[in-house]
Amino acid sequence: MTNAVKNLTHGRELIAFRIGDQEFCVNIMSVREIRGWTPATAMPHAPGHVLGVINLRGVVLPIVDLSQRLGMAPAEPTVRHVIIVAQVGAKVVGLLVDAVSDILTVVDENIQPTPNIASEIEKVCARGILAIEGRMICLIDLDALFPDIESEAA
Amino acid sequence: MDMNEIKEIFFQECEEQLAELEGGLLRLNDGDRDPETVNAVFRAVHSIKGGAGAFGLDDLVSFAHVFETTLECVRSNRLEPSPDVLKVMLKSADVLADLTNAARDGGSVDAERSRALIGELEALARGEVETLARVEAPVAETPASPAPDAGTAIETPAPSSGNNEGFQPIPFSFDDFGDEPALETADEASCVPTCEILFRPRSDLYAKGNEATLLLRDLSRLGDMSIHCDMDSLPPLEEMNPEEAYFSWRISVATDRGEDAVRSVFEFAEWDCDLEVRTVKDEPLATDGGDPDEAPMQPVPFDLSILDDDQGPSIVETESPAVAAVNAAETATAVSQAAAAASRNTAAATAANAQGAAAQTIRVDLDRVDRLINLVGELVINQAMLSQSVVENDSNGVSSINMGLEELQQLTREIQDSVMAIRAQPVKPVFQRMSRIVREIADVTGKSVRLITEGENTEVDKTVIDKLAEPLTHMIRNAVDHGLESPEKREAAGKNPEGTVRLTAKHRSGRIVIELADDGAGINRERVRQKAIDNDLITADQNLSDEEVDNLIFHAGFSTADKISDISGRGVGMDVVKRSIQALGGRISISSKPGHGSVFTMSLPLTLAVLDGMVVTVAGQTLVVPLTAIVETLQPEAAAIHSFGAAQRLISIRNSFCPLVDVGKILNFRASQANPVEGVALLVESEGGGQRALMVDAIQGQRQVVIKSLEANYSHVPGIAAATILGDGRVALILDVDAVVAASRGQSLKPEISLAATG
Repeated sequence: MTNAVKNLTHGRELIAFRIGDQEFCVNIMSVREIRGWTPATAMPHAPGHVLGVINLRGVVLPIVDLSQRLGMAPAEPTVRHVIIVAQVGAKVVGLLVDAVSDILTVVDENIQPTPNIASEIEKVCARGILAIEGRMICLIDLDALFPDIESEAA
Repeated sequence: MDMNEIKEIFFQECEEQLAELEGGLLRLNDGDRDPETVNAVFRAVHSIKGGAGAFGLDDLVSFAHVFETTLECVRSNRLEPSPDVLKVMLKSADVLADLTNAARDGGSVDAERSRALIGELEALARGEVETLARVEAPVAETPASPAPDAGTAIETPAPSSGNNEGFQPIPFSFDDFGDEPALETADEASCVPTCEILFRPRSDLYAKGNEATLLLRDLSRLGDMSIHCDMDSLPPLEEMNPEEAYFSWRISVATDRGEDAVRSVFEFAEWDCDLEVRTVKDEPLATDGGDPDEAPMQPVPFDLSILDDDQGPSIVETESPAVAAVNAAETATAVSQAAAAASRNTAAATAANAQGAAAQTIRVDLDRVDRLINLVGELVINQAMLSQSVVENDSNGVSSINMGLEELQQLTREIQDSVMAIRAQPVKPVFQRMSRIVREIADVTGKSVRLITEGENTEVDKTVIDKLAEPLTHMIRNAVDHGLESPEKREAAGKNPEGTVRLTAKHRSGRIVIELADDGAGINRERVRQKAIDNDLITADQNLSDEEVDNLIFHAGFSTADKISDISGRGVGMDVVKRSIQALGGRISISSKPGHGSVFTMSLPLTLAVLDGMVVTVAGQTLVVPLTAIVETLQPEAAAIHSFGAAQRLISIRNSFCPLVDVGKILNFRASQANPVEGVALLVESEGGGQRALMVDAIQGQRQVVIKSLEANYSHVPGIAAATILGDGRVALILDVDAVVAASRGQSLKPEISLAATG
């Protein structure tokens, strides 16, 4: 696991963002853009974490409440929220987060394996944990977060 | 341009040629005897062969060659294009298509099948020679084996080296090629100018599928000619490269058509040979008749086809000229006919080229067109957004900005229409593919089927065409396999043993309607019903109208075929068809008359890119309902609403009752049903018959919307067909009316797992 993480993130930059009081990050290579929140059109029969779809320059973009997706409290989107437009497999998804904090350049030593905890979601979606300046940042695996997209793209 | 690009162009052209070929053969099959049709067919095969030769596609070349040889017999009227002959040819066209595809995609073909067909084609080509000999021998009037004529004989010097083991040059005469008797032209020869030609082909000439003999033959048609073949550069056999060009020819032609006519013969070859043309006013030069042992050589009428391949009969003829004087004459006649046909063909080809130039077309990568369409879609949305914000900020409404915006709106609309027109294509290619399917299935089932197509030039968006082939194939198979009876049964029923399948396309109110009608037995409703009961689709005591019974065949897992056949009957037929048609935003229905056959009617949108829709509000959400589904809109009155059962409500419209469907509830936008009196009812006609009144809160207006895929980044949403972007820049969902109606019938809209709902 540690080796895999090292290989995947070696020399890569990560985008760190905040949800509530926790910090997460994703590989910068999968982030297409970051934009402000605009009201989404609700989708019938959608799971709770799918807030709806928005128009991203002519592309219909689904918006996922990452907080709810990770099993935390549903976000109440305001204009201060941001949408991270990320490429997952062949699809593009908008991730609603509270704020983007910074861009990290990681060295392998920063990444620690995920501790063995009970929560299924964290175990599946977290690739590792970074300790930077006393902060704890969880590296999220987007492919694991949206397995249906991944399988379709494969 | 690299080789692959050129190859790609070749394959694109092949597709066109194959379509042309098949179309021509089908016309011949329908009794068309226009020589131009035969020529077109021949040309198609010839072009494929030529191109394939250039790319070294040997399988394709050899098959096309045999095919071409047989077609040549038809073209020169030596082989009657009877239905049997055409059947073989149509099959050959199919194999040719397979070979082309295999050459492109690297797949494999049924070698057995193509070998068998090569045999059949060769038999046909041979057969006609024999028949011809029988028919023509008694009436042969042409003077047998012409006398040696200094002006027309080819002189063949002895090979320079003794090493040409067994190589026996076969001299041949061209004097039978001319339409007019050789004697006359010989007389005229003295008074017409003579062209001296030095023709030295390079190996490229042969590699590109040209043939020196054919060029010489064409040249011979210009007038009296003498040819001297220069074989000096021919190396000994062991040093010889079989693909190299060693021969050159010195030709003198007595022609009054000038050098240009001579050069035009070499039009397609001039880059690959050394060519010198020079006009000499006086008598044709005596051609190198120096060799005393060569001069008296008896020219033998020679079937040119021997140069192309090894066809038995002609060799026999050339070996015994004395015995086969009559035969020879007949061959000569045949060859002259061939030559005449060839020249006709050249003329026709030129005419066709000229036509092609008149209707100018360019090939454009489909992606580019799609990008353009997307951009124009953006432009339309942007324009709508702009006008909306201007309207919101500009209260007097008559400012010049508004005027300009209106013009912009018209322009964008026009641009959009023109761009859409680029993608519109006739349905012809799909229909043509169907004729092959019909042939193949007719073959397998032993039925005799005629496919009639109408309205092939009806145009529809390319994406619709591409997606039409599969469901149509299914349906055609079903029509032939299940729809039509066996010839015996048909005869017993007093019908023409040959079944008819009619495929029609036409435009109707902004949609394309495709009808597939067979004149078979029609749907056996008793059996359908029984089957449905067996499969638990309906209960035994359920009372169904004929229409409802017919529509049962669209149910999943339903097949009426008694036994599972290779062709159809796996029970995946019609429900798959229905789903793919629906995926295209289309509808399919069936009407059947016992004993008279069935008619499947598909109605499809002309484009998958835009849609005329009614913008409505449901539970605070904006939805778009396709206008084509809406029959009428009405404001329900409290008195017209009747409760029915626990939760059902009906609305009475002109004394008929129609179930009321709350869109908001079906889509889960609200928990309980809204009060119908406060909303608007949209009366919709849904697939599978039956009207429903869809309840929405309000109608915002009617507009053309650009269809955006939801599946691209999300997944299919039950009850929603697609998405669009409205003037305010927000996404609106397009309602899938059929799915909503189906849901109201009790089939629940099953939410699919989307964006990791399971996570």
